[in-house]
Amino acid sequence: MAKQYEIKAKWLPYLLVLPQMIIVFIFFFWPSAQAILQSFYLQDPFGGKTIFVGLSNYIALFTNPDSDYLYSFIISIVFALSITLLSMTVSLFLAVQAHKKIRFTTFYKTMLTWPYAVATLVAGVIWLFMFNPNVGVIAWILKHRFGIPWDYLLNFQHAFILLTLAASWKQLAYNFVFFMAGLQSVPETLVEAAIIDGASPVRRFWQIIFGLLAPTTFYLLVMNLVFGFFETFPIVHGITAGGPGKSTSILVYKVWRDGVVNLDLGGSSAQSVILMILVIGLTVLQFRFIERRITY
Amino acid sequence: MREFSKVRRLITHFYLWIGIAIIIFPIYFIFSASSHTSAEILSAPMPLNIGPYLFENYKRALFEGTKNLGTPVLIMLKNSFIMAMGISIGKIIISLLAAFAIVFFDFPLRKFCFWSIFITLMLPVEVRIMPTYKVISDLGMLNTYSGLIMPMIVSATAVFLFRQFFLTVPREIVEASQIDGSTPMQFFGRILVPMSRTPIAALFVIQFIYGWNQYLWPLLITTKQEYFTLLIGINRMMTGADVNIEWQIVMATTLLALLPPVVVVVLMQKQFIAGMTETEK
Repeated sequence: MAKQYEIKAKWLPYLLVLPQMIIVFIFFFWPSAQAILQSFYLQDPFGGKTIFVGLSNYIALFTNPDSDYLYSFIISIVFALSITLLSMTVSLFLAVQAHKKIRFTTFYKTMLTWPYAVATLVAGVIWLFMFNPNVGVIAWILKHRFGIPWDYLLNFQHAFILLTLAASWKQLAYNFVFFMAGLQSVPETLVEAAIIDGASPVRRFWQIIFGLLAPTTFYLLVMNLVFGFFETFPIVHGITAGGPGKSTSILVYKVWRDGVVNLDLGGSSAQSVILMILVIGLTVLQFRFIERRITY
Repeated sequence: MREFSKVRRLITHFYLWIGIAIIIFPIYFIFSASSHTSAEILSAPMPLNIGPYLFENYKRALFEGTKNLGTPVLIMLKNSFIMAMGISIGKIIISLLAAFAIVFFDFPLRKFCFWSIFITLMLPVEVRIMPTYKVISDLGMLNTYSGLIMPMIVSATAVFLFRQFFLTVPREIVEASQIDGSTPMQFFGRILVPMSRTPIAALFVIQFIYGWNQYLWPLLITTKQEYFTLLIGINRMMTGADVNIEWQIVMATTLLALLPPVVVVVLMQKQFIAGMTETEK
């Protein structure tokens, strides 16, 4: 337990944690328990009867020929990995450049940091506007200069590329800030020693700096996967609405659509439970990074 | 460094400018679009200069909105602001109180409370959409500010941050305030909270942005236009056929939605970096 001077009081601490605990129970635990419960029932969306169906909501997700769940799963994984790879590579490259001893680094850092404040949906709208087949500047250039009939509303590849670009763009600043912080903690003496030893800049980077950045990289890897899996809903909802067809309907989009639009409560709840298990897995990974700080 | 020649330095600058271009160009496009008429934007390729309708478009966006939505941006700005402030201030208050209890008191349910708060990390809105919606609807909180704010103010990261900070408060300060006969709440209000200014500011920046940029939750629980936040408004403005979308107004609205959190980050950059790297979220 924490080592802090302990004040004597009987009821006060309960009173202090009460607001937090009320909200945790009403808006987190209760709904989550409901999701688990509902996932075992077949429910009439109009408030009628409910029938216990055991695991069949789950089984239906994977075996029902009309269910695109497996496809949605695969596309989500590919999507999250693409974002993570693209965004982290570009950010790391820029962070390494901005960390060099040159002029105007403060300016560069500010310019590459502020987009953190851009909302995910706004990033989606910006990229949608550039690539919209009717009004988008880039879409026009692609069509008239390169002969590519760009239309993300009809072509799955186009849709997927556009979503990945928008989401990676959104994550650039976040990754940049953490890579900068990581680079600043690399001891200069080590780098200088390598210079004296005659190691080339490329070797210095891969053999010393990249190794010392490993904790940051690992942390960002998890955070970017979490972002790709769970926080890209606004981009998908705003740009493709899961289309063309259902080809970009990632897991969080599907759980929303099946629940809110199609009113399939059992199926949506089963998906929620699977997502919960995924988050728990990712949080455990993330926890390995922060456990040094939390020592309960 | 001797080997760091002029050419190398120039190349580094060049790379960084490419990075900045990747960030700035998309935003310049929407700024440019917000200064033209709908017809000009639809006549591909759209002009890329700053057109003469800038002022007019923003005025229309702020006070009238688009034809297909009809809600002025001013109302949605107000809603986004209330939501962002409610979430950030709410989070700070309840997290300060909870961390105070967990660090400075020994009570039987202390571990239980700590872990209950920790588990919320694993339950983002996305995984409990329908049942949370049902709770809000049962409580009659659809289309209310409290419905927008309350479920968002639990924060494990905020509690952890304050907990970390409180653990570094010298024991002597706590003891001294006890000997002086001040009550725990006096110690909290007069000593602990003023001491926590730095983490509070850092957290405020991060949580304001978090609150302002919420999308899924307001999408679920607001059906009345007078409660739409800016992001929901933008999405509604874009429904319908491409030719009917008033792109210039949508783009003006998008820029207006982007501005407040950016201003907060730029003005409070130091607190922002601290908040980000220390709350690790």
